[in-house]
Amino acid sequence: MNKQTKNNLITYGIVIAFYIIFEILILTGHLSSHMKGLLVPMTYYAVIAVALNLCVGILGELSIGHCGFMCIGAFASAFFSKVTEESLPTAPRFILAFIIGIAFAALFGFLIGIPVLRLKGDYLAIVTLAFGEIIKNVINAFYIGIDSNGLHFSMKSSMELGMEKDGNIIVNGAMGITGTPHNSSFTIGIIVLLIALFVVQNLIASRDGRAIMAIRDNYIAAEACGVNVTSYKMMAFTISAAIAGAAGVLFSHNITTLTASSQYFGYNASIMILVYVVLGGIGNIRGSVIAACILYLLPELLRGFSTYRMLIYSIVLIVMMIINWSPKVIEWRKRTFGRFSFKKAGAKEAV
Amino acid sequence: MKKFNRVFSAAMAFALSATMLAGCGDTAPASTEGAAETAADAQTDAQASSEAAPAASGATFKFGAIGPLTGAAAAYGNAVVNGAQIAVDEINAAGGIGGYQIEYKGEDDELNAEKSVNAYNTLKDWGMQILIGSTTSACSIAVSENTKADNMFQITPSGSAEDCVKYDNVFRVCFSDPNQGIASAQYINDHNLATKVGIIYDNSDVYSSGIYQKFVEESEGKNYEIVSAEAYTQDNNTDFSVQLQKAKDAGADLVFLPIYYSDASLILTQANTMGYAPTFFGVDGMDGILSVENFDTSLAEGLMLLTPFAADATDDLTVNFVKQYNDKYSETPNQFAADAYDAVYIVKTAMESAGVTPDMSISDMCEALKTAMTQIEATGLTSAKMTWEATGEPNKEPKAVVIKDGAYVSAE
Repeated sequence: MNKQTKNNLITYGIVIAFYIIFEILILTGHLSSHMKGLLVPMTYYAVIAVALNLCVGILGELSIGHCGFMCIGAFASAFFSKVTEESLPTAPRFILAFIIGIAFAALFGFLIGIPVLRLKGDYLAIVTLAFGEIIKNVINAFYIGIDSNGLHFSMKSSMELGMEKDGNIIVNGAMGITGTPHNSSFTIGIIVLLIALFVVQNLIASRDGRAIMAIRDNYIAAEACGVNVTSYKMMAFTISAAIAGAAGVLFSHNITTLTASSQYFGYNASIMILVYVVLGGIGNIRGSVIAACILYLLPELLRGFSTYRMLIYSIVLIVMMIINWSPKVIEWRKRTFGRFSFKKAGAKEAV
Repeated sequence: MKKFNRVFSAAMAFALSATMLAGCGDTAPASTEGAAETAADAQTDAQASSEAAPAASGATFKFGAIGPLTGAAAAYGNAVVNGAQIAVDEINAAGGIGGYQIEYKGEDDELNAEKSVNAYNTLKDWGMQILIGSTTSACSIAVSENTKADNMFQITPSGSAEDCVKYDNVFRVCFSDPNQGIASAQYINDHNLATKVGIIYDNSDVYSSGIYQKFVEESEGKNYEIVSAEAYTQDNNTDFSVQLQKAKDAGADLVFLPIYYSDASLILTQANTMGYAPTFFGVDGMDGILSVENFDTSLAEGLMLLTPFAADATDDLTVNFVKQYNDKYSETPNQFAADAYDAVYIVKTAMESAGVTPDMSISDMCEALKTAMTQIEATGLTSAKMTWEATGEPNKEPKAVVIKDGAYVSAE
């Protein structure tokens, strides 16, 4: 077993151990309903952090519009689930919803990738930000209804749909989609997370993954070696968008009101995901999962401090960044705690 | 350097995984602590996590409220949490409900449906029996999914979207969006206020577009026509000159603003700058416009709004409430606070009528209150007479007020 396989297995092991611990806590009734409610969001934020890490850490392109893909996945799957809620049984419907959500997100990742991936660095970041906003705003303008005559579509208002009396408005502009069936569960979230990890980690270990990382490390050298830069970039970006779409499917089937508003899909949300990735370590897939879980939990666990929790959360973020990444602090830690104990001490401080 | 990076990343991976374990370590005691607290409060062996556990709490009722206490919509959430607090304090001072005191707690949801559900779960762990909330529509809908599953009685003071009361355990105090749209259209028609109507609405907001849609539907066949309907979003709510110009060019003599007062104050200022002076007509979100900082209130002169509550009303109930609110929070309460204040009293009336006691299970309490809600008749700040359908919709009269000399006066 080589080092990389071992490393990957550790990641799966952590996720599975985490799942088993919490399942036991739930079954024995030791978990508060607050914590139970946090488990599903934790898994989908971990999934999108993995997706973004593929884009930022492995492909080396800064994307700050990833929540846009999550938004597409969420809306496409919620739309499907809502339309077929009566006609299909739950399990196949939810699987199909996943396929549709992922496919749409991947399609848009591909389409957006065509113009965007010609750019590099800051320019790419700004364009992805703009696309994320466009996706959100366009979805906000959609009115889609269904009645006995089929689908009706409008960009103006729900009155323009011209629906029959028996009609049902599915996407209602800013009001989004309400009443999506509540299908996401902790188990499904963990399965999706494991699949996402499997895809990304195997991609990294593969020939394609090495080519992608070669592009990240030295674009010109990679091109000179005959690596098809555009197609590999597109591949990584599309896979990343598809995984973000899967997170979106979990998201939309976890809360019943889905609105394309900035608190879920705006650039602030995208930057929050980026924070997860940066704190977990750019290029470190396992780190993203762990950082996403901790950073999602943190403000919730600080609820006891009421409004001060936002302040405490920001301070903790700064302290964590300094302790994890400042070269001076790292040096100091090494000097003070030695090689083995410094890891533990560092971990404790990081909390 | 490369080697260092490798060692370093390995170290960090370890550190972070250790962090997670440490985090879990922190979490588990924290949650069991919460459970222990609840259990201690409840003086039963019931685990906070078991959903059907009777939330018996000895001698107190536990009310919870949810709203955005931080962020852009903090004004609404704080108003709800504070308004309910005043009602709870009053009731407790007067001897409680059927002799039982009320314990009360507000939680923040940051205007985020996901966080709202988290807030609900937190309150449930605390032992909440009645939910006053959520403050905003989308959050309220998301939470109602959970209260339905737990069969907990929920009354939303200000969640106005139609779907908020989709389930039979949810009631509301405010008018629904459709009702406001319909009432506005009828009011303009009945009082011959206009021949040509322009609309400016926020299409990124559920509340605003909900009213807008019903208003347009209801306007069919009325004695005025809609000549312009312009939208804006929360991302560009600073410049309204385009929307105003379109309304002006179309010759609108009344501009309907189904929006919140902060945006409306800018619209009024900008309309004044461009010399456009139609009648402006708003709905309950317009309440509060006179308290906007740096806003020349003379511009609001002649502004009409349909609102269930005006802080300047002179009846004893309102005067008393406004005074208390002012003393405690140094602010003039808006309609959100009034709705929440009413919500607590409505629950009190229903509880007394149903004769519920704190040792009932959440589900039994909800069933008793559901029946009681359709039988009671409540008096409050927002209406002198309110009754409820089993659907959760209130029946009350909309009131129109007009701003004259910097104060709200009844338009009748």
